[in-house]
Amino acid sequence: MIWAAIAVVAAGCYAVKVLGLSVPASVLERPLIRRLAALVPIATLAALIALQTFGEGRALVVDARAAGLAGAAVALLLRAPFLVVVAVAVVVTAGVRALTG
Amino acid sequence: MTASPTPASLPAKPRAAVVRDALGVGIAVGLSGFAFGVTSAGAGMSTAQTCVLSLLVFTGASQFALVTAIGAGGAPFAAAAGALFLGARNAFYGLRLAHLLDLPPKVRPLAAQWVIDETSAVALAQPDRASARLGFTVTGVSLYLGWNVTTLVGALGASALGDPSAWGIDAAGPAAFLALLASMTRGTGSSGSWRRVRDRPEPVTAAVAAVLALLCLPVVPAGVPVLVAALAAPAVLIVTRRRGDNS
Repeated sequence: MIWAAIAVVAAGCYAVKVLGLSVPASVLERPLIRRLAALVPIATLAALIALQTFGEGRALVVDARAAGLAGAAVALLLRAPFLVVVAVAVVVTAGVRALTG
Repeated sequence: MTASPTPASLPAKPRAAVVRDALGVGIAVGLSGFAFGVTSAGAGMSTAQTCVLSLLVFTGASQFALVTAIGAGGAPFAAAAGALFLGARNAFYGLRLAHLLDLPPKVRPLAAQWVIDETSAVALAQPDRASARLGFTVTGVSLYLGWNVTTLVGALGASALGDPSAWGIDAAGPAAFLALLASMTRGTGSSGSWRRVRDRPEPVTAAVAAVLALLCLPVVPAGVPVLVAALAAPAVLIVTRRRGDNS
């Protein structure tokens, strides 16, 4: 099942890239479609952040991951590069777990 | 991102400067494959699955979305749908690049795999077609190589670490998404009125989507909350358009 999902995502993501390079600009250049295409990834990312920070199975919890995400947000505000942002989240989460757990 | 190609008044940019810019982006972002490799292994994916994702999907947000959703117990196909939602934006980069790069049809299937956030940003920032082609190619090659090598290193390294949650690696996914979200919404100021929301709907959309996802979590199967939350995008567009018409 996981390999099938990987195949679907690989084929779909590649198809979307080829589509953009190949179709006439007028097809995708409608303002409503453009705005939707800009907003859907933002909605999806925001949902993933919320779910993976506060979701535990099908329950909502506030645990060490929330502290890690807060650390990542501070790193972002300080304009840290991507890997540093991720590393801060991991280290803060591990630290809070070590202190509380 | 709205660079217009070939303004005749600008002198051609030196090739060395284009290569330097492109390598800077390609290498810096290419190293981030390490975070993906670690996250993917931590989510329970095999090293082979992790590496195939970086080789064939090659668009970071979609890769993170798929593995973290599966790792959280989501149904593989619901996870795949979320990943595809994120990948759809590459079509719009492709549209702009098609005009700018003017690729021969034979090159297109190969170049398509490199149509992602970073290559598009570098190419669209160039003043002329030759620089754009060079910038796109150098960013694409360096990022593809770096991303795949560091994915493998991250996946192998994570397996050696043992229990990922003890190390806080489960926080890597959300942090990566936060960094991606910040880069997509950069320059957003605070918004006080519906007019402002209509001009910059990103923060409201993100907030609505996050709340929707958390509300859905206890009541729908795993993986589905992300799909419901994506409805925040059309919802915000419809609501702001209606308010805008009334005012």
